[in-house]
Amino acid sequence: MDKTLNWRETFITAVVKTCGYSAVVFVVLIFFFLLRQGLPALFEVKLGDLLTTRWYPIENHFGILPLLTGSLVVTVGAMLIAIPFGIGTAVFLAEIAPRWMREILKPLVELLGGIPSVVLGFLGILLLLPFLRVFLDLPTGLTALAGALLLGAIAIPTTVSIAEDSLDAVPQSYREGALALGATKWQTIWRVTLPAARSGVLTALMLGVGRTIGETMAVMMVTGNAPVMAIKSTSILSPVRTMTATIAAEMGEVANGSTHYHVLFFIGLVLFLISLAVNITASSVIFKSRKRAERVLS
Amino acid sequence: MKAVRLILLVLLVILTACGGSSGQTSSIARTSAYIQNKGSDTIVNLALAWAEQYQAEHPDISISVTGGGSGTGIAALINKTVDIANASRAMAADEITQAKANGVTPVEFVIARDAIAVVVNPQNPVRRLTLQQISDIYSGKINNWTGVGGDDRPIVRLSRETNSGTHVYFLQTVIRLGDPNNTTLFSTDTLLLPSSEGIINEVRQNPNAIGYDGLGYIPSDLMNSVVAVARNTDGPYVVPSITTVNNNSYPVARDLYMYTSGQPTGAIKDYLNWILSPEAQTIVANLGFVPIK
Repeated sequence: MDKTLNWRETFITAVVKTCGYSAVVFVVLIFFFLLRQGLPALFEVKLGDLLTTRWYPIENHFGILPLLTGSLVVTVGAMLIAIPFGIGTAVFLAEIAPRWMREILKPLVELLGGIPSVVLGFLGILLLLPFLRVFLDLPTGLTALAGALLLGAIAIPTTVSIAEDSLDAVPQSYREGALALGATKWQTIWRVTLPAARSGVLTALMLGVGRTIGETMAVMMVTGNAPVMAIKSTSILSPVRTMTATIAAEMGEVANGSTHYHVLFFIGLVLFLISLAVNITASSVIFKSRKRAERVLS
Repeated sequence: MKAVRLILLVLLVILTACGGSSGQTSSIARTSAYIQNKGSDTIVNLALAWAEQYQAEHPDISISVTGGGSGTGIAALINKTVDIANASRAMAADEITQAKANGVTPVEFVIARDAIAVVVNPQNPVRRLTLQQISDIYSGKINNWTGVGGDDRPIVRLSRETNSGTHVYFLQTVIRLGDPNNTTLFSTDTLLLPSSEGIINEVRQNPNAIGYDGLGYIPSDLMNSVVAVARNTDGPYVVPSITTVNNNSYPVARDLYMYTSGQPTGAIKDYLNWILSPEAQTIVANLGFVPIK
């Protein structure tokens, strides 16, 4: 009896260990593949030429700066929409809404998260673009703003779901303690509950940003894909070209091993490194923030 | 013991499944040929219509047709993943060099002709443009419709993506006016939309827009707002149609190509011969393209 128990234990531990390590291994392998296919771009096209402002690959203009600024504008815009709406909704669902409302609203928000992004892109083309063009008196509705609005809508359900769960996990004793000390409900939420759920909320935002940077189809359909340098304050109202849309639109036409192919992988590498940077920053904030008092009390 | 029995049962099921499928391999030999056809989005509808007609007449041949742009088709031919590449532009010299380096000798066939129609929103009063004016609009020199005699509105330029043969042809013939030494490029704020449908949609709803696409892709509600193009300011302004393409009076007409790797043999040769026959060329006319004479 004891022998079989040990055999099962070893077997299951081994399986779980393999799964855990394999996640890291896969990410490392993907990184090395991107490096292998993307680094030749630095030799074939000098770094100086890669950092120019003209992206027209069929005539050997490989300036990726317009693509970087395009992705940046759309991501920042999307987060400016997703953060207040996402955290606001999460706070409402966790702290303010009565139980019965929460039971109805939470599944609805998760349903919104289940809509494929292509469908949202399609709705964007048909409804959002004419509205933006007429309402804001723009030359065309195909702008970074349309992309940011759609990406915000895509990132909100992810953010709400995780932030709401982490707010819910804050022990009731925290709120009771604050109320006992004379704090109002809002003071409790803003100064006690949210900071206590900080790591979960940051994780939620980080996942939202990750989703936004990597979103391809919806932005390809509504941002116009014009490789403009999006650095002016009015750039949110002009068309832009994101890195993801560039890879999606052009990867099919490149011959294996050509310069264009390597540059596209280089762009993929840049995207990977940006996501990595965002994740590392967020992780360092999360893991640093648990003060000794919090650890002792929880 | 229960776990061991379960594992044995699963293994038994997997082994029987493996054993069962080997009896079916002999039946695959019955399909005579499978032709893969990939490339230009301009040609894709035509290629699909041809494939359907040909397969109806020759049930032992199966043909698969995919779009993705001329660049995609040519790249696939170079990578040896496709039998016939559709292209709405000729293969470039460096593509031919790359193909030969990979062991592929491309052979070109002209299978139809096409006109590029320049189309504006129905509310736009401008209906006549010279090639030079269209070139200036698309290269960014003219930014307002008043520059070509229209209303006071900003010009929103629409184009296909860079992998499209239509895009490359437009660059060479219209923006660069056919001059190989001209290095003018599209203006950076030209909107590069991933499909013809995107261009048509935007032109239809945006009064500031101008777009271009193959004549076969202009829907009937936009046929009246196709621009008449002249080679120069004293030339005749010609609207694209089968007649004007065939008598060379419309300046923005082009050949449509299919490329194979080496001279085609067998099923591919029969298919290409059928495409060049009058029966297939009637389908060309029905879809809004121009049959080869």
